Amino acid sequence: MKGILKSMSVTLSTFMRKPVTREYPETHKELPERDRAFPVLLWAEEDKEPFCTGCHACERACPVECMTVLMKDNPNHKSVGGDSSRRKIIDKFWIDYGRCMRCNICVEVCNFDAISMNNTWAGHETSVYDRADLVMDLPMLLAQSRSGELKPWVAP
Amino acid sequence: MTSMAPEQEFETQDLMINMGPQHPATHGVFRMVLQVDGEVVRDVVSHIGYMHRGGEKLSETMDFRQGIGFMDRTEYLAQFNAELSYVMAVEKLMDIEVPERSQWIRMILCELNRLSSHFMFTGAFGTDVGVFGTGFTYAFRERENILDLFEEITGDRLMYAYFRPGGLAWEVTDNFVARVREVLNVSKQGIKDMDGLLTENEIFKARTQGIGVISAADAIDWGSTGPVLRASGVPLDLRRTEPYLKYAEVDFDVPVGKVGDVYDRWLVRIEEMRQSVRIIEQCLTKLQPGPILPERMPRMLRTPPGEVYLRTEAPRGEYGIYMVSKGGNRPHRLKIRSACFANLQALRDMTIGSYVADAVVILGSLDIVLCEVDR
Repeated sequence: MKGILKSMSVTLSTFMRKPVTREYPETHKELPERDRAFPVLLWAEEDKEPFCTGCHACERACPVECMTVLMKDNPNHKSVGGDSSRRKIIDKFWIDYGRCMRCNICVEVCNFDAISMNNTWAGHETSVYDRADLVMDLPMLLAQSRSGELKPWVAP
Repeated sequence: MTSMAPEQEFETQDLMINMGPQHPATHGVFRMVLQVDGEVVRDVVSHIGYMHRGGEKLSETMDFRQGIGFMDRTEYLAQFNAELSYVMAVEKLMDIEVPERSQWIRMILCELNRLSSHFMFTGAFGTDVGVFGTGFTYAFRERENILDLFEEITGDRLMYAYFRPGGLAWEVTDNFVARVREVLNVSKQGIKDMDGLLTENEIFKARTQGIGVISAADAIDWGSTGPVLRASGVPLDLRRTEPYLKYAEVDFDVPVGKVGDVYDRWLVRIEEMRQSVRIIEQCLTKLQPGPILPERMPRMLRTPPGEVYLRTEAPRGEYGIYMVSKGGNRPHRLKIRSACFANLQALRDMTIGSYVADAVVILGSLDIVLCEVDR
């Protein structure tokens, strides 16, 4: 009997504490800066083009092979009368979010700091009705960065 | 003619009950075929393999950095401990010296992971015994606290991929020490809560004492490790017997049980949580600023040919990695020695002769993670 009363006193003391839960869809927890959702590409605002040059480094390092990268000559390069210093640039980029295991390796191997893990809530709430919708193409991958929502985190 | 004796009149037949694989009390996808005589279990045949993803074979195609992410997925309640075995195996093959700071941080994170894993046990085990809801939500409240800290440091809540051969992927947050102390203070109260809620509860005691007894000799024969073995009275803790990281420099006790029943396994785990808090507090005082990776780390990790077996004390017991390398940047063969797999072997011995309702309690007390059993 004594033990049961002790158990009851624990539940009673919890009754007095502040709740730790949150009404989820209405309120969101603030995400830490390092939060890792799915990888997204970054947009170079000054050149009006993505940072990514399509060098395939991330594609080769990906453990689950969820990336497909195609490169092209930059039509905006200085040699052809443009003002960009990137000779090559990304043409097409797909990431299959259904396969991605969010290991951060693509970010680590990128030589141009062109890819970053999404640290906004949009990166976590990606439910779709069809798996094919989880394959993101270049405009979708850049949307987060272009809108200015994304604050990329650089490892110290 | 007078009536015959009942046993001659009726013939009884044992009933086969299929429990799982989709059963909330089996902690994943695990199937037990119970042969029952009324309420008493006569035989247990366990079926595993529903979670098999070929992790060992997959690791042969992954280089040493890519493999770390897969280790998380073999042990989804003690990810840091699983990663630790893997990276330490690579370090041993490559003969890398890990900087002091990295070792202390690894230790803190592993012990915090042990706390969160054991909180999960206390909650899930409560549900097995019949404490629906209350214990489970309390345990999850405490576990969430620790996961929040992990998220701040590594960026992910479950699959951290944070340890690297040679050290850590990146530096911890600036307020790391203060945050760990904060989490520890909450966890201490949490341990007190879980302890007060169930340990002395008469109903809980009636459900757990004298159930699923396994002797020390049997536990050793079955290859059990971790709290299951220690509950039977064998003080084998790899942190003590063959210290890795900096465990030789901290002070802690290895709790052992007396009887080896389900209740002892509960007591051992609760005491282990207190010891974890003690270890972390000592680590925090010894943590010094410094580099987290050794100088001159190669960009692409390549090991010399050789083989290594490295074991560490995960919350469920000995988590070992046997790695064969023929040179190059990936293991030639990787074998994971899973503590849960070995602990699960003793299930049949423990369960035979007990009631059906106790079969669930005994399974819960082993604290298995099916992902680790099947890999």
